[in-house]
Amino acid sequence: MNAKSSIKTQPKHEQLGLSDAEVVDMYKYMLLARKFDERNLLLQRAGKINFHVSGIGQETAQVAAAFALDRERDYFLPYYRDYGFVLTVGMSLKELMLSAFAKADDPNSGGRQMPGHFGSKRLRIVTGSSPVTTQVPHAVGIALAAKMQKKDIVSYVTFGEGSSNQGDFHEGLNFAGVQKLPVIFMCENNQYAISVPIKKQLGGKVSDRALGYGFPGIRVDGNDALEVYRVVKEARERAVRGEGPTLIEAMMYRLSPHSTSDNDLAYRTKEEVDENWRKDGIPKMKQYLVENGLWSEEQDEALSREISQQLKEAIESAELAPFPKPEDTLLHVYASEGEV
Amino acid sequence: MPVMEYIDAIRLAMKEEMERDENVFVLGEDVGVKGGVFTTTKGLQEQFGELRVMDTPLAESAIAGVAIGAAMYGMKPIAEMQYSDFMLPATNQIISEAAKIRYRSNNDWNCPVVVRAPIGGGIFGGLYHSQCPESIFFGTPGLKIVAPYSAYDAKGLLKAAVRDPDPVLFFENKKCYKLIKEDVPEDDYIVPIGKANVLREGTDITVIGYSLPLHFAMQAAAELEAEQGISAHILDLRTIQPLDREAIIAAARKTGKVLIVHEDNKTGGVGAEVAAIISEECLFELDAPIQRLCGPDVPAMPISPPMEKFFMLSKDKVKEAMTQLALF
Repeated sequence: MNAKSSIKTQPKHEQLGLSDAEVVDMYKYMLLARKFDERNLLLQRAGKINFHVSGIGQETAQVAAAFALDRERDYFLPYYRDYGFVLTVGMSLKELMLSAFAKADDPNSGGRQMPGHFGSKRLRIVTGSSPVTTQVPHAVGIALAAKMQKKDIVSYVTFGEGSSNQGDFHEGLNFAGVQKLPVIFMCENNQYAISVPIKKQLGGKVSDRALGYGFPGIRVDGNDALEVYRVVKEARERAVRGEGPTLIEAMMYRLSPHSTSDNDLAYRTKEEVDENWRKDGIPKMKQYLVENGLWSEEQDEALSREISQQLKEAIESAELAPFPKPEDTLLHVYASEGEV
Repeated sequence: MPVMEYIDAIRLAMKEEMERDENVFVLGEDVGVKGGVFTTTKGLQEQFGELRVMDTPLAESAIAGVAIGAAMYGMKPIAEMQYSDFMLPATNQIISEAAKIRYRSNNDWNCPVVVRAPIGGGIFGGLYHSQCPESIFFGTPGLKIVAPYSAYDAKGLLKAAVRDPDPVLFFENKKCYKLIKEDVPEDDYIVPIGKANVLREGTDITVIGYSLPLHFAMQAAAELEAEQGISAHILDLRTIQPLDREAIIAAARKTGKVLIVHEDNKTGGVGAEVAAIISEECLFELDAPIQRLCGPDVPAMPISPPMEKFFMLSKDKVKEAMTQLALF
């Protein structure tokens, strides 16, 4: 994003087909995800919730990717850090807080799963689990179903770079490559698999692996929202044209510890973390909006206040919401009589 | 009613279900052009095309995982594992995913997938083409597991599995493929999942089992009746998860003497749970200790003929166990 050049020519978001309102919305979702995440870390520290697994540092790419998809029709298989993504495709703060508090009305799992294990049939967010990368073949299966039913939709699946070493990654990508399926594989390379850095995790680039499966692999700066939007949009267009899958590796940095059970300074330095805070995509996005006359400090302060209020309401309502009945533990192992 | 082999009944079930519902499709290794290494899917690709009878890459976790994804979308996939010995790479997809999708989503999503896998030995398949993996999946709530003994049940249970809204493992016995020939209706019927079946009424001893060993028990029962006047009651579990508890208890009460047979090895097998159910529910109605005749506790079946014969159950082995129980 180069603001100076965009003054002379059309701003980049317009070149990409994004309206002013859309690009402002993009920023709003990024900030919403960031504030939600920060608040959950506090709620866990305060003993209000059991656990939080953070996506701080990854929201820019998550939100930008969601904007490039068809949020009314595509299928989504996000991984556990994708708060920015699920907020953008329609999950509400209140719903996410119900999950954080493990309450009965949590739409993801009725309070059964850890937070970050998303699922909502209404929003076509496919239920996920904790063993990493199992969602990749599921995304391929959904794309296969779309191909069989001749639907012009795509499935979009995310995972970390650690996950890209699992068999399900390779098996899923190969299957999709053979059948030329409409699926987008998005690696959110945050450079750490809990404590293990990429130099001990990857022998090469994740994006290069696509070559072996017969489709494009693209590396993109995950802190550059408009670039992420561009590559995901192009991948979606390829997919619906019947040209097959795309692997995208968005480079970013996990600014938070792995989870609330992790002390990251045991395996990385504060200097390294601080250096990456300076690359954070959210202030960059704000700067872009300000430089293009779409946003102001006043608006930013107002947005922060608004989000704080929304968070307060979501937390209050989640705290007051009932837990599941203990005996409901026994429900939904199989379909009930007549159920599908 | 035509006479057909067990394998023909399985093929016919798939054909009928694919004709009935265009969302039903088959995927697996060699299932398409070749028609399966056992010919289970022979002719299906000609009828339904390459997409609905799909030759997949050699990758079992993807076969299961892709089928699970398609099932969540609303398709009705039948995923074939070429041998049950090779389905272990798919275990994570089956146990961590398929079995838990309804539960973990609080009934929002479901996963109507069928995973078919040939089980059992006696075909000189050696360690890795002979195994019975039931106990690996048994005891995983969320999965249904069926293991037909007859051609009639094979067709009816597979059709029920395809129509079931939850994941079903369909363990077909490869020794039965050509061995079993019987009348199978060409019209539409299902055998309900979760219901055991009394194969033979009797008064002296009860045999409980599933799949191939029940043929040995049926032959032995006929001989014991003729030769020694021993009357055997035989229960086919048909579905091994969830077990038909009422049928098990009724069969045990019928004679008070119970022999459980299966080819999967004894320790931790389905028979242990059947024995536990009987102990919990009707211990004081028993007249003899519960007996189990199963595969030995060795890693898998050797190929050398005398060793394979030693591992496998047979009519003679089952007959001997039934005789000893009757004499107790």
